[in-house]
Amino acid sequence: MKSTSTLTRFHNCYILRDNKIIKEDLWIRDGKIENPEQIFYVEQREADLTVNCEDLLIAPGFIDIQINGGWGVDFSYDSENVQEGLNKVAKELLSHGVTSFCPTMVTSEPEKYHKILPQIKKTPGGRHGATILGVHLEGPFISPAKKGAHLDEYIRVPEKGLETMKQVYGALDDVVIVTLAPELPGATQAIKDLTKLGIKVAVGHSSAGLAQGEDAIRNGANLITHLFNAMLPFHHRDPGLVGLLASKTDKQVYYGIISDGIHTHPSALRIACRANPEGLVLVSDAVAAQGLADGNYRIGPQAVTVEEGRAYLTGTKVLCGSTTALDSCVLTFKDSIECSLEYALQAASLHPARALGIDNRKGKLNFGYDADFIILHPKTLKVLSTWIAGERVFTRQGDTA
Amino acid sequence: MRLIILEDASVVADWAAQFVLQRITQFAPGPGRHFVLGLPTGGTPLGMYRKLVQFHKEGRLSFKYVTTFNMDEYVGLPREHPESYHYYMWNEFFKHVDIDPNNAHVLDGNAPDLAAECRRFEDLIQQAGGVHLFIGGIGPDGHIAFNEPGSSLVSRTRVKTLAYDTLDANKRFFGNDMSKVPRQALTVGVGTVMDAKEVMILITGVHKALALAKAVEEGVNHMWTVSAFQQHPQALFICDEDATLELRVKTVKYFKALSEEHQKMIADRPVDEQRLVH
Repeated sequence: MKSTSTLTRFHNCYILRDNKIIKEDLWIRDGKIENPEQIFYVEQREADLTVNCEDLLIAPGFIDIQINGGWGVDFSYDSENVQEGLNKVAKELLSHGVTSFCPTMVTSEPEKYHKILPQIKKTPGGRHGATILGVHLEGPFISPAKKGAHLDEYIRVPEKGLETMKQVYGALDDVVIVTLAPELPGATQAIKDLTKLGIKVAVGHSSAGLAQGEDAIRNGANLITHLFNAMLPFHHRDPGLVGLLASKTDKQVYYGIISDGIHTHPSALRIACRANPEGLVLVSDAVAAQGLADGNYRIGPQAVTVEEGRAYLTGTKVLCGSTTALDSCVLTFKDSIECSLEYALQAASLHPARALGIDNRKGKLNFGYDADFIILHPKTLKVLSTWIAGERVFTRQGDTA
Repeated sequence: MRLIILEDASVVADWAAQFVLQRITQFAPGPGRHFVLGLPTGGTPLGMYRKLVQFHKEGRLSFKYVTTFNMDEYVGLPREHPESYHYYMWNEFFKHVDIDPNNAHVLDGNAPDLAAECRRFEDLIQQAGGVHLFIGGIGPDGHIAFNEPGSSLVSRTRVKTLAYDTLDANKRFFGNDMSKVPRQALTVGVGTVMDAKEVMILITGVHKALALAKAVEEGVNHMWTVSAFQQHPQALFICDEDATLELRVKTVKYFKALSEEHQKMIADRPVDEQRLVH
């Protein structure tokens, strides 16, 4: 069987496959990664196009499951020009090697959800920007005691489970993750209902003890939102949500980690990583100030000041999300925990894909997977080009690869 | 027949690759003029393949106009199985060079009609104008390709049931589980290889020493099928010192005395001229 579409072979490259970086060619066609052996023997066809990668590294594209905005755009605040804002961020993310993301809305008033949510659709990526996998709703069903940068006045209790959520959020068609505090009245039912809808539930912004956390996991939750931040600190009598890393639930629990060098101490990173290496998911948790210089910005309904790359609520020292994109987080993470390069890259690709249950098509460079990948400098890890569905969507100026 | 005795397996690999390079280069293949190569698999030729890939990367050797025929393949083993010869050839050789997939022929052990597949293979060799150089290895029992002891010395490509020795030797590749080892294979016949203009057989290691002695010092015998090549007009045995352990001192000394002449075979000399060296 001969196919008419272009068969491209990336040659002279190192690729991340089966947990190892190996010298191997990468073949793609029709937006998917191909098995060249099969093409050789069955189709008896050569590549139409061969790209000499000159020993650069090819890794799966990064997947950011928690990002509040960037480049001046705040997904929770700008309700008028939602599409424009999404486009802006989706496009800018390409230069950071992010091929898929979950725009994240923090605790907001119901009116905002009703206005903004219908405008964020799951969208395939391309030259216009990274793939939108669906929305991550962080709040408002969280604990006032662990609100972090979220506004008190909008925090709600899901007393009637999904029904309350639908009242607050409206339609949930394009939502993929909901972060909630499992100890709230009605939360257990909400977890069950959301899970039934195929929406992943993350526990976070919560004062829950370990037993409550384990109940949430048993009922369907599979994620912890920005581990260590906005939850009870680890205590040896009740380790709280942090204890889920080593709890005896037989399900793999995933946990978001902000590895910007500010939100989580390297030692805490190492503790988490050693306790539960497979569950670690790097997230940027980036805010509108990402990509912008120091100054004053908005996050949700609040004023934010960026000083030396750190984003604070204006007039305070409360951190309200990071300004570091995922590619830098990978680098910081690798240096902090001194892990293998393979592991650091997978923590921002394969692990989030698994957490979302899309690891049958994203997060790996296996045959049949989406051809979403990045070409990196093997030492500096600088993203030199980004590819979505086999199409080159970003090229760093001055680099040819 | 010529026997070339070299220091060790790595020198054998280098020598064999140099020889292939020399033969292809002298032939000067081009459009409508393909060099036809018969190829083995297994541990012995691995070093030769690596060297050939290196030559290709250095720009010294192209396979653009080379047609290849592999000797054998297991029956019923999935193509992507790490022990299949398709897998071996793809990973050790084909994917590293510029060969046209249409010209790389490996017997399909999963073909619905195995007899027809064998006939097709013979026809393809005919259509290619015969094999210029067939490279082979041997088993400890002296089998060439999967022509096990007792095979007809005029056999053609066919389905062959493997000998117990071979299954036993192979089980280490299949989790030491005899029941998982393929019991049949498709293989070119001794006659198929005999038809090649030139044959080069690589033999290394102590465990092949008896087979080499049987191949070289005793008569043609279907119990040591590689001995058939004593009657080939242009056969070359390349072995290492270890493989000579069962040979007579006289045999070894005789062939070693010719080594200077043999070295000329991989020098840049026209093939026709080399045929005078015997």
